Amino acid sequence: MLAGARAASISQSELENHDVIKERVLHGLLFASACVAVLGLVLIFAFVAVRGVPIFAKAGVVQMLSSTDWSPMDGRFGILSFIVGSFAVTVGALLLGAPLAVGAAIFLSEIASPRVRSIVKPAVELLAGIPSVVYGFFGVIVVVPQVRALLGGSGFGLVSGCIVLAVMIVPTIAAISEDAISSVPRGFREGSAAMGATQWQTIKNVVLPAARTGIVDAVVLGMGRAVGETMAVLMVLGNAPVIPRGPSDPASTLTSIIILDMPYASGDHQTALFGIGLVLLLLSMSFVAAIRILSRSRKAR
Amino acid sequence: MSKRLANNIAISVLWVAAASTVFVLAWLLAYVVVKGLPALSWSFVTQWPTGVTASGGIFPTIVATVYVTAVGFVLVIPVAIGAAVYLAEYAASGRFVNVIRFAADSLASVPSIVFGLFGLAFFVYALGFKFSMLSGGLALSLMMLPLVMRTTEEAIRAVPQGYRLGSYGLGGSKWQTVRRVVLPAAAPRIATGIILAMGRAAGETAVVMFTAGMAINAPIFLTDPGRTMTSHLYVLAMEGISVKNAFGTALLLVGMILSFNLFARWMAGRRG
Amino acid sequence: MNGDTFKINVEHLDFHYGDFFALEDISVGIRQYATTAFIGPSGCGKSTFLRCLNRMNDLIPETKVEGKITLDGNDIYAPDVDTASLRRRVGMIFQAPNPFPMSIYDNVAYGPRIHGTTNKAQLDEIVEKSLTRAALWKEVSGKLNTSGLALSGGQQQRLCIARVIAVDPEVLLMDEPCSAIDPTSIQKIEDLMDELKSKYTIVIVTHNMQQAARVSDWTAFFLAEHADRPAKLIEYDKTDTMFTNPSDKRTEDYITGRFG
Repeated sequence: MLAGARAASISQSELENHDVIKERVLHGLLFASACVAVLGLVLIFAFVAVRGVPIFAKAGVVQMLSSTDWSPMDGRFGILSFIVGSFAVTVGALLLGAPLAVGAAIFLSEIASPRVRSIVKPAVELLAGIPSVVYGFFGVIVVVPQVRALLGGSGFGLVSGCIVLAVMIVPTIAAISEDAISSVPRGFREGSAAMGATQWQTIKNVVLPAARTGIVDAVVLGMGRAVGETMAVLMVLGNAPVIPRGPSDPASTLTSIIILDMPYASGDHQTALFGIGLVLLLLSMSFVAAIRILSRSRKAR
Repeated sequence: MSKRLANNIAISVLWVAAASTVFVLAWLLAYVVVKGLPALSWSFVTQWPTGVTASGGIFPTIVATVYVTAVGFVLVIPVAIGAAVYLAEYAASGRFVNVIRFAADSLASVPSIVFGLFGLAFFVYALGFKFSMLSGGLALSLMMLPLVMRTTEEAIRAVPQGYRLGSYGLGGSKWQTVRRVVLPAAAPRIATGIILAMGRAAGETAVVMFTAGMAINAPIFLTDPGRTMTSHLYVLAMEGISVKNAFGTALLLVGMILSFNLFARWMAGRRG
Repeated sequence: MNGDTFKINVEHLDFHYGDFFALEDISVGIRQYATTAFIGPSGCGKSTFLRCLNRMNDLIPETKVEGKITLDGNDIYAPDVDTASLRRRVGMIFQAPNPFPMSIYDNVAYGPRIHGTTNKAQLDEIVEKSLTRAALWKEVSGKLNTSGLALSGGQQQRLCIARVIAVDPEVLLMDEPCSAIDPTSIQKIEDLMDELKSKYTIVIVTHNMQQAARVSDWTAFFLAEHADRPAKLIEYDKTDTMFTNPSDKRTEDYITGRFG
């Protein structure tokens, strides 16, 4: 009897032990999964940096960032024209795309009937998923010839790049801004309307200020997408490693030069391309930081 | 009166903004559909590209796209779900959780070309996987990770607390509760997030170009290289060869990704 | 009570929300410089009816109004009516206090500003006067630049009243203004209504019988006798008469608490 009871109690405790071990192992596995994101980020930094940093040491950070002379075969690695190119294309795309996107978002949230909204909103969100290479293809086939007809030249250049990129970031900015605008409490609108404000006065004075941080987030996100975008820009920009003098001149960006040169680059040339990748990585990280600071200041408010 | 005028002008401007947004996007879509449809045929999807102009079909690129996306999908699921379960159910909020979140947010914002560079340096060169479906799938899974992690965590957090208490009340362990109660309840939303991420992976170009390679090849083993539909479209468009096939490829690609996204929406809608 | 001048006159009003028939054949005259209370069980459409009086329902899609509402004899649903100008004359206080996410000062100055007042001294004067009338000045005069959202619920509601007073409307519609705030503030708001009556025409929706009896001169009782049938105006009379000697059995049942 006694022995039997003991045996039972032993197996009971073994069972519990087994469960505890199982829980511990699982906990460890889950923890390890969570660490993959951190590990991935660290590895990305490490491998891009290890392969890219030597060029900064060799050619000089200041020299690289301030020179436009990109002649990798002759050992000259000025990347200023790519930085200017990325900057110009991003700013141009934002100037074209952001007002359009935010305007469309306001329209959808404040003016459109529920039926129109229920069709257009998901359609815009779906279009945010179209691959960038398709936007680039559309640019080559449709936008470039139009620009060529209007401005002369080859049509491949800054203007085409900005237009294609603008079209591409509009769905993203519009969808996120619309979320921000439509989450403004209805009471704000009613309170304003009840004092005799016109619809536009209500939008301008109450709704937009209340949704401001959300809209800024959306634009910053669109900006991050624009800076990091490769294919769409590459396909229509003309890809000359010079600072564009006019709106229809060809240009290159930090992203496009990597794709263009990588297939045949070797030695210092390849190292320089990784160096450019590092610059891009730091840029994108600073956008994350910017969004974090923005959202933190919003919480503090 | 001027107040009314300002109102009418502003509303017209907003109307024009919305209309042109819809018009441009509809134009793009219609253009791809109208120009792409004539290129589509049974032989287009079943035959190999032929000659220097890459006429013929795009069969191997379809295989490569499906293959590399599937590898990314298989790799990302356990890690992303594990990480999300950890964040939502196990981790006490603290500095380490903040670190994980920061890393995930940062990963989400890394430009795809940088994932490509990293894949090239790490998987292709350092680990010696060469240009292969494995390298491509690994790079894509890292790219999908933050997206799937976030949607999964949100899905898990949306499961009512009562479900968990019910399971604990019956003597369920933490893991039993997660596996038998929480994850099944969150499954439709988790699936939605995964499908969306797959849509993104299938449409990715820069990452796979540098990791899966550009060789026209119908991959069979994980170690085989292959050119995806996106890379193929890029080549066709940039070399200006076989514009008809470029449209066909673009249409197939857009159709594939839109159906992914529509399916995800349908899943999400069904839950409500 | 200032005679029997009707400020607002409603004739045979029907109201639909999409397919739902909400109000049927409502006719009622709202007297100037008096307080009229709308009472009735929840869901009987009294708030909906109130929101017809300044066309607030226009903001909700797929609503339909039939019949006629006049303000000083002019049809407010006529095609050329500017809803913004109408709402400037017929202001509204909502059930949940809804100050804008801006400073107390800017909340009160919002109305005058959108109607074209930019002079700082003038705005200062309007803000002080309005906050004083809303019995809030003493509490907030030292912190006009803090956010309106930082105030307590009762203070927020008085801020909303000050905000409406600042645009100097003729009619004040109050949609259960005391349902979400503390008893002390309710007292203050009821006192305020008593004062404001001399200058404004007030319509209040309330589910609190005592409050209706305390603050109003006239009372209208709404009731939807079945859940899927539209609500009707059952009885409309002087508040004293209504609460002491209602003429309709259903009113009596409701007031004595049988409907809850």
